[in-house]
Amino acid sequence: MLKEIRIHGRGGQGAVTAAQLLAHAAFLEGKCVQAFPYFGAERRGAPVKAFTRISDEPIRIHSQIINPDYIVVLSPELMQIVNLTEGLKKEGLALINTTKKPEEVNLNGWRVATVDATGIALELGLLVAGFPVVNTSILGAFAKATNEVKLESVLKAIKTTWSGSAGEKNAKAAELAYERLIKGW
Amino acid sequence: MVQTVIDTANHIAAYAAKAARVQVVAAYPITPQTSIVERIAEMVESGEMKAEYIRVESEHSAMAACIGAAAGGVRTFTATSSHGLALMHEALHWASGSRLPIIMPVVNRALGPGWNIWADLTDSLSQRDTGWIQFYCADNQEVFDTIIQAYKLCENERVLLPAMICSEAFILSHTYMPVEIPDQERIDEFLPSYKPKWFLDVNNPFSHGNIVPPEWYMEFRYMIHEAMENAKQLIPEIDKEYGKYFGFEHGGLVEKYRCEDADLILLTMGTLGSEAKTAVDNLRKEGLKIGTARVRVFRPFPKEEIRKLAENTQMFTIINRAISFGMEGFLTEETKAALYNQKDRPLIAGFIAGLGGRDVSFKTIEKIAKKSAEWMQKGEVEKEIVWVDLKE
Repeated sequence: MLKEIRIHGRGGQGAVTAAQLLAHAAFLEGKCVQAFPYFGAERRGAPVKAFTRISDEPIRIHSQIINPDYIVVLSPELMQIVNLTEGLKKEGLALINTTKKPEEVNLNGWRVATVDATGIALELGLLVAGFPVVNTSILGAFAKATNEVKLESVLKAIKTTWSGSAGEKNAKAAELAYERLIKGW
Repeated sequence: MVQTVIDTANHIAAYAAKAARVQVVAAYPITPQTSIVERIAEMVESGEMKAEYIRVESEHSAMAACIGAAAGGVRTFTATSSHGLALMHEALHWASGSRLPIIMPVVNRALGPGWNIWADLTDSLSQRDTGWIQFYCADNQEVFDTIIQAYKLCENERVLLPAMICSEAFILSHTYMPVEIPDQERIDEFLPSYKPKWFLDVNNPFSHGNIVPPEWYMEFRYMIHEAMENAKQLIPEIDKEYGKYFGFEHGGLVEKYRCEDADLILLTMGTLGSEAKTAVDNLRKEGLKIGTARVRVFRPFPKEEIRKLAENTQMFTIINRAISFGMEGFLTEETKAALYNQKDRPLIAGFIAGLGGRDVSFKTIEKIAKKSAEWMQKGEVEKEIVWVDLKE
């Protein structure tokens, strides 16, 4: 079964890293994986997209993801400027970093889950160049919202990518996001 | 121990250079350079990779430095892309003419203007006649494996030519996928250290690449052509041997998929060949007898394999992510040339798709195949070149 995930963020927020970590986590569970950025020149602050494919079979396709099963939104205000649900499958799901509850996010019928990843980053002092880091913690929330990967795999992927206290802090954030996820269904 | 690494094709190419125990890397580090040499620079700096890293002021100089290093008898590597490759053009002839087994990954990016950094094979295909062997890869594993295979091939005394290992910008270069990196000892066994037939030696001076008069120039050109023919024979053998060692084979010269009983065969290069497999599976379910063949090696051109494929099929549909202005797609051109003297040639339709990184999905390929199947029914190709999804 092929699952396709599209991650929306702003340049510098680590959407590409999130896509790669998610692939890595699924790979640790024996899945075939692929992660790639939207093929563009990324600029800090500009809306960016990154993609992950997770499959039981070897992945042969390299084209862009048009009909994702899941969307992950790192910056809630992107909803005003980007059509985030474009192509999202009817039975798909949107995971959004926001302080709002799912019922306060109107997505015309799609399932919504929310988590305050920014709040978690501020709480843990998880900042890079003054910006709260949300790309790692949101994956903890993704594990809970979708069951496509286990939280342990996400934590392992994070700790493999960053050793020492950086890895610990990011992993802690992912755990908190897992706990604090609010499902709207 | 076999190690599985998840990374981009660019970084994987760097790891292949390390695994091949490359001794000299010369590169121009600024755009359009890729993260291949960036990763190598990091590994050399940290001592993880033992190589001489020469930073030069242009791609032309990079190739000149590689020529010097390879003529000095050491295993040599560089990487480039688009305009960087174009700037190297003159030196490319010197590398092949000097019979130096330099290996160079090329990340296929469109040439400007209009300024575009996305996938397009025209950069390397327009270097077709430089005497370089050209491989085109369809995934990250193939990038790794082909770099190792290419050193073994190119250092063979029956070949002694340089090779480009091409992969499409972003589609592979920035795409993160798992790759198995074999045990270093086994790689060393498969690819022993380079023992050059000759090298420039200060203790035993001689000149190389001197003037060659009309009485002899043709003979040297003939030997390059002969080396290409030898490469054509060796590539499938080396691919098979690699498969025995490490478990990965990539189809030798042409990777075929469900072609045995196919009436219609899609000919492709690069990742379109991988994407096309999904299109073939879907169309087979609809009853179309279709297969796909990915031309993995463009120089030497696998004429014989193309002719063999043509024997039992009604039609070739050729999808090109490149254009030779004023004619057609390079692969269409070469395929037609390879078949001209054959009896009962199949119909040939040429499509241009995905230039400058435009997305070509399996659905696009299915659409191309369906149009071709219509023409196959009629027994006539209605349009010589079709530009897919062109805004008119």
